[in-house]
Amino acid sequence: MTAQLAVFFVLGALAVIGAISLILQRHPIHSALSLIVVMVALAGLYLLMGAELVAAVQIIVYGGAIMVLFVFVIMLLNAGVEEHTSISKLAGAPGLLLVVALAGFIAASIARSTGTVQAAVQTGALAPTKDISNMLFREFVYPFELTSFLILVAILGATVLAQREKS
Amino acid sequence: MSAFLSSNVEIVITVVKIALLLFIVLTVDAYLTWFERKVVAHIQSRWGPHRVGPHGLLQPLADGLKFLFKEDPTPAGVDKFVYYLAPLLALALALTSIAIIPFGPEPIRLFGHDIYLGIAPLDLNIGILALFAITALGVYGVALAGWSSNNKYSLFGGLRSSAQMISYELALTMSVVGVLLMAGSFNLRDIINAQAHRPERGIFGWNVWPQILGFFCFFVAAIAETNRAPFDLPEAEQELVGGFHTEYASFKFAMFFIAEYTSMITVSCLCSIMFFGGWLSPFPVSWTFTHYLPSVVLTPFGLWVILDGLRYETIFGRLILPVVGTAIAALGAIFVMFPAVNEFIQGPFWLLSKIFVFLFVYVWMRGTLPRFRYDQLMAFGWKLLLPLSIVNVIVTSFVILKWGAK
Repeated sequence: MTAQLAVFFVLGALAVIGAISLILQRHPIHSALSLIVVMVALAGLYLLMGAELVAAVQIIVYGGAIMVLFVFVIMLLNAGVEEHTSISKLAGAPGLLLVVALAGFIAASIARSTGTVQAAVQTGALAPTKDISNMLFREFVYPFELTSFLILVAILGATVLAQREKS
Repeated sequence: MSAFLSSNVEIVITVVKIALLLFIVLTVDAYLTWFERKVVAHIQSRWGPHRVGPHGLLQPLADGLKFLFKEDPTPAGVDKFVYYLAPLLALALALTSIAIIPFGPEPIRLFGHDIYLGIAPLDLNIGILALFAITALGVYGVALAGWSSNNKYSLFGGLRSSAQMISYELALTMSVVGVLLMAGSFNLRDIINAQAHRPERGIFGWNVWPQILGFFCFFVAAIAETNRAPFDLPEAEQELVGGFHTEYASFKFAMFFIAEYTSMITVSCLCSIMFFGGWLSPFPVSWTFTHYLPSVVLTPFGLWVILDGLRYETIFGRLILPVVGTAIAALGAIFVMFPAVNEFIQGPFWLLSKIFVFLFVYVWMRGTLPRFRYDQLMAFGWKLLLPLSIVNVIVTSFVILKWGAK
């Protein structure tokens, strides 16, 4: 258990440091790299909880596909170093308020649902691949298909927008 | 020390396995460069390397030393952190992917512990998905190397490579779905065992027959994923100098190459495991006399190496080749003398033979096929491979629904 706890803290620290560096980095590529670190650290956390499938999908979809597209676009546009402006006071005060509110909300939800969280952390409680597929393609098949339809519409929209105008 | 050993025996075994596999893979990588140069040379009616050692066998060693001792300048204006990170990332990810591959069915019993060939745990239920996850991250090595070098040719190489990998990853993943449907599992061991459900059929029970379409899509997409000819546009010499690794010298350059050859090995392992029955013998199980095939292959080969060494002109050739030949022939003799060892060696023997055949096909294709044009590459990936692999998934699922997986 102690080894697991140690790995958890290392991965958690990696995720948090990556997230902070994502905001602080000046170059878009460095920010994208930080985001990849966050994604991979999260996948490691899932793996630690025994959710193998979710971990693999996290890396394949987020770490691989989506972030590669991010990096690709940044490279293609050859984006340079961003110029940071000093934080405006107008944005600072409500921002701080929102941060406190969000932290409070997360803390409250963790405090309330200790029972279920504890149950989920138990190894074996997380669904194996078969159960996840059954849920996706049996119980929630209509929401699932609707979502994929939505994504398809978005892809078609992007294609139409990107098409060169016929003269 | 012994108390520590006995309480952490699993960890110790795994660390030893990792060290051993690393050593083997890196050596095979080195000799793969020799093999490739030799085969391509013979395809082009040349001799290939033959000066350093007998048959040029010490060429990889000389190359390695050259890479180690070369000056390693860092070009001006590079993004230092990313420039150093990229080759490390490429090599680390390529080597990690080998860890998922199981190399044999039976464990070795040593000091009272069953030691399986392969690093990943037996019940790694996401086997193939873990491999795809590692390959998915592998793009960054090449893409970041191209970007951080501050050179427009490198940048073009990196851009081409990421575009190519994104395009072919779809076909690569879809083409495997048919095999997964037939096996009903992501686990590589389960996938192999599913191909042995009719042991009397031997070679005809393998996945490649019902999944010939899937195999075609998988192999082509995998070659594209590893950036090898005829899909080596990211490093097209005539257009991009060296492509993404133009600005890399010395061992950082070597790291990209080791990564490329390691991914070749991984892809060959995957092809043999998923479509060609992994460690299964191509002969029906009842043909027990085929178990002597490893000895029949190894002993004459060893004897030939001894003879070849004896008629070599240099002292080194006369010394080293007979020693190597004797070792190979002795190995063949040991297999005949100890039936238990022979039984154990069957799985790894067949898997390694299949891997070798695929590595040869890789080199063969590089020696004979011209490079694709960029628009041809994109059209091929999106308009042919992806639809074909989707058709394969649909047909396979339909057949399994109608007649069952067996």
